[in-house]
Amino acid sequence: MFDDFFIRALVAGIGVAFVTGPLGCFVVWRRLSYFGDTLAHSALLGVTMAYSFEFNIAISVFIISSVIALILIQLQRKTNLPGDALLGLLAHSSLAVGLVVIGFLTFIRFDIMGLLFGDILAVNVNDLIIIWIGGALILLVLKLIWKPLFASTVNYELAEAEGLNPDRAKAIFTILMAAIIAISIKMVGLLLITGMLIIPAAMARNISDNPQKMVLFSIIGGLLSVIIGLFSSLEFNTASGPSIITASLVLFILSLLKIKQSIQLKN
Amino acid sequence: MGTNSNTLVKLKNAGYQQNDKWLVKGVSLEVEKGKIVTLIGPNGSGKSTTAKIALGIYKKFDGEVEKYTNKIGYVPQKVSIDWTLPLRVRDFMVLTEDLKEDAIDEALSLTGVVHLKHKNLGNLSGGEFQRVLLARAISKKPELLVLDEPVQGVDFTGEIALYELIKKISEELNCGILLISHDLHTVMSATDHVVCLNGHVCCSGSPSDVAKNNEYKALFGEQAAQTLSIYEHKHDHVHSHEGEIKKN
Repeated sequence: MFDDFFIRALVAGIGVAFVTGPLGCFVVWRRLSYFGDTLAHSALLGVTMAYSFEFNIAISVFIISSVIALILIQLQRKTNLPGDALLGLLAHSSLAVGLVVIGFLTFIRFDIMGLLFGDILAVNVNDLIIIWIGGALILLVLKLIWKPLFASTVNYELAEAEGLNPDRAKAIFTILMAAIIAISIKMVGLLLITGMLIIPAAMARNISDNPQKMVLFSIIGGLLSVIIGLFSSLEFNTASGPSIITASLVLFILSLLKIKQSIQLKN
Repeated sequence: MGTNSNTLVKLKNAGYQQNDKWLVKGVSLEVEKGKIVTLIGPNGSGKSTTAKIALGIYKKFDGEVEKYTNKIGYVPQKVSIDWTLPLRVRDFMVLTEDLKEDAIDEALSLTGVVHLKHKNLGNLSGGEFQRVLLARAISKKPELLVLDEPVQGVDFTGEIALYELIKKISEELNCGILLISHDLHTVMSATDHVVCLNGHVCCSGSPSDVAKNNEYKALFGEQAAQTLSIYEHKHDHVHSHEGEIKKN
């Protein structure tokens, strides 16, 4: 069954959507979209490392993104630059360094477009295993840290005062972010991964009145985006990442109708 | 202040500085089971900071903090819920501890907001939100309650009822309460120990100790004198950024 590239892409995308759904909600709640971008941009460096040392791409990206996250935390402690400037600094310099390194690796043929925007032809059975096992691990860890992470998202001081150790939860969550970027880079491409995290969650916010519902709708939105996006990618011969993100944008616009409705009902 | 088995939290000469400025310095106090300790003082006198030192929210503090319980309920001075996070009262009640449905109802009934259980937190009035905050803090039956201006924005009759409730909780649960308040009229009668802050401890003791030597005592009676004497208690000095004390 997994001989067909399209089935492989579909199975991979579905696996990714199950994980981006809940993580995306936290990205929206904790205002981490630019942080996600920074990790994603640094992923290019991870990919070049993978090619240079003939290493698995997902693992290499995971390591590099985690290192970038650690550097960010250090820089936040040691400089007075505002957070967004530090994020921009790291995002663009790691992207630039990644592209420069690619320039040196003349002996390897890079599919830059595939890296930036995703390539469903590139998904092999190994990737499927990494996505589903890695994805299951991410969800398991997220479930374990859910209470402290969620409580500190609502109010850090409450969580800290009542003994939930929010700092540890935050550190673990950062690692989970690096992990989801690592496993979804082939599908969505590094320029669009944050969209996969944010747009279904933003759509879900418009139609939810409690956090559990928002997570559920975020997953459903991601799944629909992947399925609709991949079918149109096949149909119109477009890159997989942009097709998936465009599909999620359409869902988001539809969810605005619902919010308009509820505002009218209130008045 | 010797430590005994009833002690829940004890601050010894505690202080906290931010950006080289002392927010509060040299605070010693102790909260025991079943006792209410009230922090009073003007804005910026370090009341909330003292509470946060006691709670472990601030980690780089001066002095010593001894904590003998992990069952803590906290009502922060300010909680704002972002629009991006859809949260009903019910979801908020189970934020730090899983509760049975009847425990949620019981706590919300005590503070008079059980009818709001399925409402969105963003749609509550200030007073309703405070009642929910208090309900959440007491619902887990804590050993130590830290209440930072718990009745702000609550209407006057509600205010009295909530203070009576706080007193009742401290007796029923035998929990210690660290209370920060401006509403001296209503809190003084319930308080066991008063600490008056102004960047450091100005005075402390039982309400009557604090009210001692006050000419109003004879005129208005014991209880009013306690209240008034604290109102009349003047701060005769200010604090420079280095923490030095300057006389007015």
